[in-house]
Amino acid sequence: MADVATLRKANARQAAPGRVTTGRFGQKVRRNLSAYGFLIGAVLCFTFFSWYPIVREVILSFQKAVYGTDTYTWAGWVNYVRIIHDPTFWLAWRNTLEFSLLALVIGYAVPFCVAILLNELRHARGYLRVLVYLPVMLPPASALLLFAYFYNPQYGVFDDILHTLHLPTSQWVFQPGTGFISVAMISVVIASTWMNMGGATLIYLAALQNIPGELYEAAELDGAGLFKRIRHVTIPQTRLILIMLLMLQIVATMQMFVESWVLTNGGGGVGNNAESVVMLMYQYAFELSGSSNYGAASALGVILMLVLALFSGGFLWVTRERRA
Amino acid sequence: MRRQLQRRSGGRMIAAVSVVAALGLGAAACSSSNASPTSSAGGPVTISINCAPTQAQNPIQHKEWVKDVATFEKANPKITIKSVYNNPCTNLPVLTAQLRAGTEPNIFYIDFTDLPQVLAAGQAADITSYVNSKTVPTLKDLVPSAMKAVTAGKTIYGLPTNTYTQGLIYNRKLFSEAGLNPNDPPTTWAQVETDAKAIAKLGHGIEGWGDYSAGNNGGWHFASYMDALGGTTVTNAVPPTAGFDNSNGLAILQALHTLRFTDSAMSKTQGLAWGTLQAQFGAGKLGMYIAAPDDVYNQIVAVDKGNINDIGMGPLPSLTGKPAGSLGGGNAYIFAKSDTPAQIQAGIKFINFEDLTPGKGVTFNYARAKADGIPVGFDEPSLFNGAAGAQVSALRTKYTTINQSYYKAYVDANEVSDGEPFDAQAVYKTLDPMMLAVLTEPTVNIPALLKTSATNVNTLLQFSA
Repeated sequence: MADVATLRKANARQAAPGRVTTGRFGQKVRRNLSAYGFLIGAVLCFTFFSWYPIVREVILSFQKAVYGTDTYTWAGWVNYVRIIHDPTFWLAWRNTLEFSLLALVIGYAVPFCVAILLNELRHARGYLRVLVYLPVMLPPASALLLFAYFYNPQYGVFDDILHTLHLPTSQWVFQPGTGFISVAMISVVIASTWMNMGGATLIYLAALQNIPGELYEAAELDGAGLFKRIRHVTIPQTRLILIMLLMLQIVATMQMFVESWVLTNGGGGVGNNAESVVMLMYQYAFELSGSSNYGAASALGVILMLVLALFSGGFLWVTRERRA
Repeated sequence: MRRQLQRRSGGRMIAAVSVVAALGLGAAACSSSNASPTSSAGGPVTISINCAPTQAQNPIQHKEWVKDVATFEKANPKITIKSVYNNPCTNLPVLTAQLRAGTEPNIFYIDFTDLPQVLAAGQAADITSYVNSKTVPTLKDLVPSAMKAVTAGKTIYGLPTNTYTQGLIYNRKLFSEAGLNPNDPPTTWAQVETDAKAIAKLGHGIEGWGDYSAGNNGGWHFASYMDALGGTTVTNAVPPTAGFDNSNGLAILQALHTLRFTDSAMSKTQGLAWGTLQAQFGAGKLGMYIAAPDDVYNQIVAVDKGNINDIGMGPLPSLTGKPAGSLGGGNAYIFAKSDTPAQIQAGIKFINFEDLTPGKGVTFNYARAKADGIPVGFDEPSLFNGAAGAQVSALRTKYTTINQSYYKAYVDANEVSDGEPFDAQAVYKTLDPMMLAVLTEPTVNIPALLKTSATNVNTLLQFSA
C-alpha cells in the first residue's frame, strides 16, 4: 500500500498535467535531438527546393510583371483566362493524354513482359539484365538524339529497314496528323519506352523473384499453363508493385518534356502534334520574348499540379486495400 | 554509461549541425555572372561581357578576341574584362531567364528585337549621358536605324555592333555543275524552282533549296519572304494584327510546298534550325538558301569549312524579280541596370575599341582578318555612313579576299531594310509550325493553314500588345 507522501506526489503530478507533459515532451525531444538535427537538412532542402517553389508558383500564377521593373502585381485570374483561350493549351493537353495512354499500353506492359521473360530464363540472366538497364544509364538527351537520328526520313535506319522490306516509310516524329493516335506520338512513346523501361523491368523482376515457387508448382499441378499462371499467380502476387508503378508512370508521363523537345528540335512537331503541357509551359516562360510570361507558365503549372493531385488521390482511394 | 551515451549523443549532434550548416552554406552560395563593381571613382573596375567567340566553334575569332582583350587591358590597366564565351550569341530562353533573375552580364548581347523585352524587365541601364563623340568618336556616323534599335524615346541603352539584310546565298560550283549560269542567281520564285530542280538532279544527297522550320528561324525566314513581296507579317495597326493571311503569304507557302513535294528539290529532313543549313552548304550539299552575308564569313567558311570561292549572293526571291524589301536586323550590346557608372564607362570604352572603330577590333580589323584567313570584303555590317563609312569601305576594298563580282547581284539589288515585326521572336515562334507543316505535309491545306496561323498570331499579339 502506497504511503501518503507518494500518493500526494502522484496527485500533484496529475494536478499539474502541463508540467508533466512538457517534461515528457522535452525528454522526447532531447532523446531524439540528433535525429532531428539530421532531419533539419532534409526539411530545409524540401522547403527551399520543393515547398517554397510550389507556394511561389501558385502565387505567381495570380500575378503579372510590372512593366519596366522586376516586381509583380496582383492580376487575379488573367493568366488562367489567357492560357485557356490559347488553342495550343487544349492541343497540349490532348497530346499529353495521348502520350500517357500510349505509354500505358506500350511502356507499362512491355517492361512487365520483359521481366517475366527474364525471370523464366535460366542462362545469361545477369547479362540480359545489364542489357535491359543500359539505356537507362544513357543521358536522356543522348538517347533521344540517337532516336532522332534513327527517325530521320532521309538517312535514318528505321526508314531504311522499311524501304528494304518494301513497306511505306514514315516521317516518324514529323509525320503530320492530328488524330488522337498519331504516328508522331507513337514515335515519341517508342523512344521514351526504350529509354526508361530498364528501371521498371528490374523492379518487376525483383518482385517476381519474391513470389514463392510453391505457388507456381501448385498451379502447374492443377494444370495451369503459362498464361494462366501469369494471370492467377504472377499478377495477384505483384499487385501492389503493379499498382504503384502504374500510378507513378501516369504521373511521370503527364510531365513529359525532354522526349518531345529533343525529337522535334523544340518545335512541337507538325501542327504541334507532339507538344506536351510541360513544353507549352516552357514556351510560355522562356520562348516568347516580350510575351514570355512567368504568370501564364505558373498558371499552367498549377493546373497540371491540381490534375495530377486529383488523379493520384483518386487512384489511391480506388485502389486502397479494403478491410473486411 | 550515461556519460558515454551523452558524449555519443553530443557527437552526433555536432555532426548533425555540421551537415545542416554545410547544406545551408551550400544553399546560400549563389553565383552571378555580374562582375562585382569594386570601384570607387578612378579605382579598378571589372566588367563581364558575353558573346565572346568560343574556342571550339570559332577558333580564329576566339584567338583575336583574347588578343584584343589583352591589348585593351594593357592600355587600360584599371579595367579587367571578364569574357563570357558562348555560341550562339543570342539564346532567347537564357536571356529571358537572366532578365527575370537579373543575372545577365554587365554588358550583354541582344538581337535588335530583344530590346522591348529588356526594357519590360527593367534590366537596362540608361547610358545616354555617357555616350558622346568623345567616348564613341564614330557616333555621328552610326546609321540612324542602328542607333534607333538601342534607343527608346531619347534614352540610349546600348551600342549597336552589327546590322544585316538578308539575301540569297547560292553555291556557284553546284550551279555550274547543274548547267546553270553561276553569275545569274534566281530573283523570282519561279526561277528558284527551275534552278533548285536542276541542282537536286545532281543527286548524291545534294538539295536545291533549304529552309528552316524550328528554333524561331522558320518564322524569321517567312517574315523575310513577306518583306520581299512587299507584304508584312504583322501590321502597324493599333493593336497590331497578323498581316500574312493573303495572296503574298499564299504565294510563299505554295512555292515552298512545290519545291518540297512537286520538285523534290528540298530535303526530307525538316524541322531544321539555325546552323544546319550552313553546315549543309559548307559541305557542298545545298544549292541555295536565304541569309545575311555574315553567314558566309562567320559560319560557312569559319566554322563549316566551306570554300569561299564557291559562294555567291543575290537578292531575296520575289514575284517580280525586284524585292520590295528585306528583313533587316542587327545586334547590340546593352548595359545591365546594375552597372555602376565606372562599369558603364569601361564598357563603352571596350565596345568602342572592339566593335566601333574602323580598322580595329574583332569586327573591323580587316588586315588581321585577312592574315587570319577570315573572308574580307562583304558589304556588312553597314553600321556607318559619312567619314567612318568611307574609311570602312576603303579598308574592305584594300584587304578584300573575296571576288566582289560574286556578290554584285545582292549589292545591286540594294534591298530596303524593313526591320522586324512587333514582338518578333514570339511571332516567329508561332509561325514555325506553319513552315513545318508546309514542308512535311504533302496534302496540306495552305489557305486553312494560313488562317490557323493568323489566329494563333493574333491570340499572341492580343496579350503582348
